[in-house]
Amino acid sequence: MSPGGDREGGADGQLGSAGMLGFPDPGPPLFSSVTEVRERLAEVGYLADDGIAGVVHLADRLAKPVLVEGPAGTGKTELAKSVARVTGSRLIRLQCYEGLDESKALYEWNYKKQLLRIQAQRVVDDDGSAPGSGSSTDRRGAEGEMSSWRDLEEDIFSEEFLLTRPLLEAIRSADPVVLLVDEVDRVELETEALLLEVLSEYQVSIPELGTIRAQQIPLVFLTSNNTRELSEALKRRCLYLHLDYPSLERERDIVLARVPGVTEELADQIARIVRSLRTLELKKYPSVSETLDWARTLVVLGVESIDAEQAKATLHVLLKYRSDLERAAKELAVAGEDRA
Amino acid sequence: MLDVLTGFIGELRAAGLPVSLTESIDAAEAVHHIPLEDREALKYALAATLVKSSAHWKAFETAFEVYFSMRGPQYDITDDDLPDAARTGDGQDDDAARGEGRGPGGGGGDGLSPEELAEMLFRALLSAHDAQVAALARQAVSRFAGMEPGRPVGGTYYLYRTLRNLDLDRVLERLMQSARAEAPDGTLTPLEERLARDEFKARLDRLRRELEDEIRRRLVADRGTEALARSLRKPLPEEIDFMHATRDELASLRRAIHPLTRKLAVRLARKRRHGRKGPLDFRSTMRHSLSTGGVPVDPKFRYPRPAKPEIIVIADISGSVASFARFTLHLVHAISSQFSKVRSFVFIDGIDEVTRFFENVDDVADAVHRINTEADVVWVDGHSDYGHALSVFWERWGEEITPRTSVLLLGDARNNYHASQAWVIQEIRHRARHVYWLNPEPRAYWGTGDSILGEYAVYCDDVFECRNLRQLEHFVTELA
Repeated sequence: MSPGGDREGGADGQLGSAGMLGFPDPGPPLFSSVTEVRERLAEVGYLADDGIAGVVHLADRLAKPVLVEGPAGTGKTELAKSVARVTGSRLIRLQCYEGLDESKALYEWNYKKQLLRIQAQRVVDDDGSAPGSGSSTDRRGAEGEMSSWRDLEEDIFSEEFLLTRPLLEAIRSADPVVLLVDEVDRVELETEALLLEVLSEYQVSIPELGTIRAQQIPLVFLTSNNTRELSEALKRRCLYLHLDYPSLERERDIVLARVPGVTEELADQIARIVRSLRTLELKKYPSVSETLDWARTLVVLGVESIDAEQAKATLHVLLKYRSDLERAAKELAVAGEDRA
Repeated sequence: MLDVLTGFIGELRAAGLPVSLTESIDAAEAVHHIPLEDREALKYALAATLVKSSAHWKAFETAFEVYFSMRGPQYDITDDDLPDAARTGDGQDDDAARGEGRGPGGGGGDGLSPEELAEMLFRALLSAHDAQVAALARQAVSRFAGMEPGRPVGGTYYLYRTLRNLDLDRVLERLMQSARAEAPDGTLTPLEERLARDEFKARLDRLRRELEDEIRRRLVADRGTEALARSLRKPLPEEIDFMHATRDELASLRRAIHPLTRKLAVRLARKRRHGRKGPLDFRSTMRHSLSTGGVPVDPKFRYPRPAKPEIIVIADISGSVASFARFTLHLVHAISSQFSKVRSFVFIDGIDEVTRFFENVDDVADAVHRINTEADVVWVDGHSDYGHALSVFWERWGEEITPRTSVLLLGDARNNYHASQAWVIQEIRHRARHVYWLNPEPRAYWGTGDSILGEYAVYCDDVFECRNLRQLEHFVTELA
């Protein structure tokens, strides 16, 4: 059952029934409409299309994580950052890598501090035992030892000795938080399971402490470069957003928004050349971030309109493989008659 | 709404998308949060909750267009009620409308001749006037497609008829000419030419999509949602049958194979490093024990480095199984870094080594293409002769099979009633580590007609049915 499954639809129904399920209070929605998402994201320089804005809006309303997939450099990570900026939330980032485990993602006991605590206790006990043993019987002494052991145990497994890692931190934070789990496809299949409890219930179970529930629902973004298929269990819990290369118009607007000093004409030309390049069969297509790099390069070089020579001379900013470069240079120079 | 949604989800499942119960609940809930009159928003909301893989997007889109298309009388198959069509009852019987058995008054647009329509379309495309292009697309469909109620043909047939009449290639040329004419000195530099062409192509693609949508809308109105959805259902890329793929399907297979090779390589590399634990690494354990005061709390193990297998692929590339062989060669060579050595041989009735085509090339697809044109595989008549090919293979390269080699044989074992020479497989089996046979035919057909798979199979370690990418992927994972 999905966490939000029982809730009544509509923003008004959320608060009351959600509380009854023992599900953390989702709080008031961050955005009132899809258009608002779009406008506010545009203010911080992230141009969302309908799909992106729609999914962000839904993620906020349904209190569900978003799985963002797509080729490298299409603005997956940037989306999470921008949403954090727009909503004034703190961004907590968990960068995934092979070998990521519980102690790096969720929490860890600070065992050095625990050792110190035990040492300190021993010192106190040694000092205290001399006057104490005189006034009490042996039986009481044994009991006292037991209870001090229990105290100690309770003490060293308290929150003071807990090192929070990104996932737990996102859950425990009292202020609004955007949690970014970057490149989730890099962890092994087994490690994905770590995320499941956090993502669906917004809680973390720690055997010694019990379950820690979220104070507020963080907005979660998971990004994936699609180097492997993610597990069904993870996908099922998320909203899915596929970020592809942007349309011509959007790419032009992105260039205009992100590159200072670029003229509208140049931006248009850049977007069109990049689109043409993406129709070729290349090993790696130019990404949006590379388009932006290229635009910046051209602005720095003082280019106002690109001709074939300039394009050829600066293509290496866009394309990173030799064979791609050669093919692109050839194709751009000979027009497209043979392909028609 | 809920009924439509359930039907829609049923259709997605029928098309092969894995939609779970939770996801359908999510979808139903998501629908509450968006303005229902906004069709695009609905589409994205459903996509976000129901489709969890970009490969399934196409199937989703088709189903969505069918289930949530505009309905109502104005989208009737015969456009009697087209609001903007001035009923002039034009008598001119143009090429497309002739002989389509239309009722009087049904053949109209708004009194435009085909030439005028083409001209308007050209202008609209030139100025990128989207709304006008859409309106004209609607006209073009009603004029050229010649749709008839209840006729059980697919949308592609109508699309073909419309496109034939519009002749988009000529439109593209005209667009290019006017672009050239607009340039200050009357000609375009190659770069400008190229960009203009791509721009117009994008516009024409949009027009084509409009046409498709329009045809689909009318078909929905005619035949009802479910029936149409069923006829539009297409296999997902990973399930396309190699042997019966159409040209479009082959293209989508080619696109699907690239990400697949990447995924496979990552997965295999990982499997190699993990999964098995090596022996205790004493040095490392001691070094790490320093932080726990010399007590070896955390034993460290050596990384296992299992030997990479050597692969020999022997593929039949005669007509019937050619595309299967090509995809397998492509896949195996694309992940050749996961093997210590890959050698490939192709045959029809003669056999030739083609490993050289894959050496020092960036583009595996290119190499596969060259095999078709350059490999010397015909001995007598160009009909498959497994027996001859195999015995030649044994004579010339048999010595090179070592106990570390896995041999893959690809083909349907349809030998045109030649001698089988199955002893070659037996000999190979003695020398090699494994011998596998991959057959692109359905299992039920094996051993029927001139298929002599049974004679070879007894000497193979295993024989696999390998009809689509999913099965191929599964096999390769097992292999490495």
